[in-house]
Amino acid sequence: MAKNNILKDTIAIIRKDVMLEFHTREVISSMLVFALLVVVVFSFIFEPGEHEQQRIAGGVYWMALVFSGLLGLGKSMLSETSGGNLEALLLTPTSRNAIFLGKVFSNLIFMFALQAVMLPLFVILYEVNLLSDPMMLAVIAATTYGFVLLGTLFSLIASRTRTREIMLPLLLLPVLVPILLAAIQATNAMVAMSPLEDYIKWIRLIVVFDIIFTAISLVVFDPVVEE
Amino acid sequence: MLKSKLFFVIDVLAIVMIPVALWFAFFYAPLELRMGAIQKIFYFHVASAWVGFAALFVTFVCSIIFLIKRNHFSDDLAAASAGIGLLFCTVVLMTGPLWARPTWGVWWTWDPRLTTTLILWFIYAGYVFLRKFIDDPDKRGKYCAVLGIIGFFDVPIVFLSIRFWRTIHPNVVQSGGGGLHPDMRTAMFVALGAFTLLYISLANKRVRLAKLEREYYTAE
Amino acid sequence: MNSNILSLDKISKKYGEKTVLKPLTLDIASGECITVFGPNGAGKSTLLKLLSQQTKPSSGAILYKGSKIKDLKEAYRAKLGVISHQPFLYEGLSAFENLQFYASLYGVDNPARRASELLTRVEMNKRMHDPVRTYSRGMLQRTSIARALLQNPEIIFLDEPYTGLDRHASHVLTGILKEQIEQKTTILLVTHDLSLGYSLASRLLIMSKGEMAYWGEKTVADSDFEGFYLSMVDNG
Repeated sequence: MAKNNILKDTIAIIRKDVMLEFHTREVISSMLVFALLVVVVFSFIFEPGEHEQQRIAGGVYWMALVFSGLLGLGKSMLSETSGGNLEALLLTPTSRNAIFLGKVFSNLIFMFALQAVMLPLFVILYEVNLLSDPMMLAVIAATTYGFVLLGTLFSLIASRTRTREIMLPLLLLPVLVPILLAAIQATNAMVAMSPLEDYIKWIRLIVVFDIIFTAISLVVFDPVVEE
Repeated sequence: MLKSKLFFVIDVLAIVMIPVALWFAFFYAPLELRMGAIQKIFYFHVASAWVGFAALFVTFVCSIIFLIKRNHFSDDLAAASAGIGLLFCTVVLMTGPLWARPTWGVWWTWDPRLTTTLILWFIYAGYVFLRKFIDDPDKRGKYCAVLGIIGFFDVPIVFLSIRFWRTIHPNVVQSGGGGLHPDMRTAMFVALGAFTLLYISLANKRVRLAKLEREYYTAE
Repeated sequence: MNSNILSLDKISKKYGEKTVLKPLTLDIASGECITVFGPNGAGKSTLLKLLSQQTKPSSGAILYKGSKIKDLKEAYRAKLGVISHQPFLYEGLSAFENLQFYASLYGVDNPARRASELLTRVEMNKRMHDPVRTYSRGMLQRTSIARALLQNPEIIFLDEPYTGLDRHASHVLTGILKEQIEQKTTILLVTHDLSLGYSLASRLLIMSKGEMAYWGEKTVADSDFEGFYLSMVDNG
């Protein structure tokens, strides 16, 4: 029997999730429509023709992403908890960390796929080129990672409560305050063409957040999944 | 027996110390020249904030102990501490605006300490809800412990992020007293002591209540 | 001692203050088929959860060939096949994709070949590329039986596998169980089906109120077992 290793199992789980999404097309499509809806509804705040919207474009972008991401996380965890698949995964010789990382990275892939479509549409609707500064890609990568990292952990916890739909945002949003604030501020600074030294502190903050909570999540995931 | 005697003493001390702290705040400490009588709220505002944040530390330590040892006491104390933390954060969030309005001219400001307290309030609220919505005691303890640990590491990062963003809060203690009159400092520490005793007394009662509840529901 | 594949050493389980399994000690020899009977709430499912490492015992230890399963972890889980009343399958994937995925997690060589081999064995070859959500309950169960056999387990745990099974699926399952008994696979079967469970068993475990009520050989004729069972459960 071949030896199990974390990398191989993590990839197997990601592959399974991507395949599942490819067949059902449930998660990304519903997230995308919802994200666009948030963007459109938010735009009613501004008077037409005003340039005010450029100043808060970063906020709208990240809020749309967070709200649709909450939907996606819940749905992605549902495929594990319904039918007892999580139990079955825990029965395999796979390490708990491979299961957790697999779920985190498949959620990350979904969120990146969502943004690949959303970014250009956002540029059209808001007349703001978010990608004018290449550092934006670093902000997107680090913030999305932090979001799905704690999002995956909390969606698992929320899925075992009596009120899972409401529990996920209630637990997740307060904890995510630092990186959401950082991502919004960094994005706004880039839209305003500020130099790197003005917003590098925000990127550092997001990276520190990601590192701290990666370590904590890997430690606490084991007791969370064990019955 | 000794333990219950100790807690009885703490209960009595807490009851006595609260009026003493009031006396110190209103009669011992001098009237602040610029802010006037409204500044008296400061003593209880700071004491509540101290308890509100210290409670998170207790929850954090108990959460780690629970994940390792799975004993009821650590879970009960973590839960008791979070519940009391929620209460004292509420006090901070109510006394803050009462003070801010006459002093800064606004009810609320997005300053680091106030905002961090607000986020901490949300984390405590999430904790209390999470406890409510899980029936299995073992699972409840585990999930809440995870939240307790994550919350503890999150709060300093929240504070840092808001400080990057904006700040106008007076720095009272950090800058070595920051112009605070010595008698005002005394009154502040008396209030801190009184509220800490109140916290211990309340936490003890909640832990005992949790234990009685469990015994009642698991009795054959 | 060496022929014992599993030894339970005073294992017990408490949820909170509630004891669901009182300290239980027994040895299971390799190649046995143990049937576990007992009314609801007797601790049968808890016993299987403890044995399959889904939950930790409150006290005591479980030994696999003399080593604690707590220390073996992954190496021990690799030997187990579990069939429960939950399907353990992703609805959006086909039976083949499901089995291929799980086979790769078990480290099976050539997962695709193993998956189609087993799906043919449970007579699912015609529909194995359709999504699981289009299957009938019986087909779902047959697929989940195949899933549990992927890594050729040394020990199989079955938690009320006959619940809700149609005639075809139940026939396939009994066939597979008999086959596995012949191949000397160790089996622990929890069931409410007295006559079927009794006929398959090499030894019996009857549980009641979290305790062992009977443990040992079959001593009565098949037809008398129901009376024997009821007397055990009442006394326990």
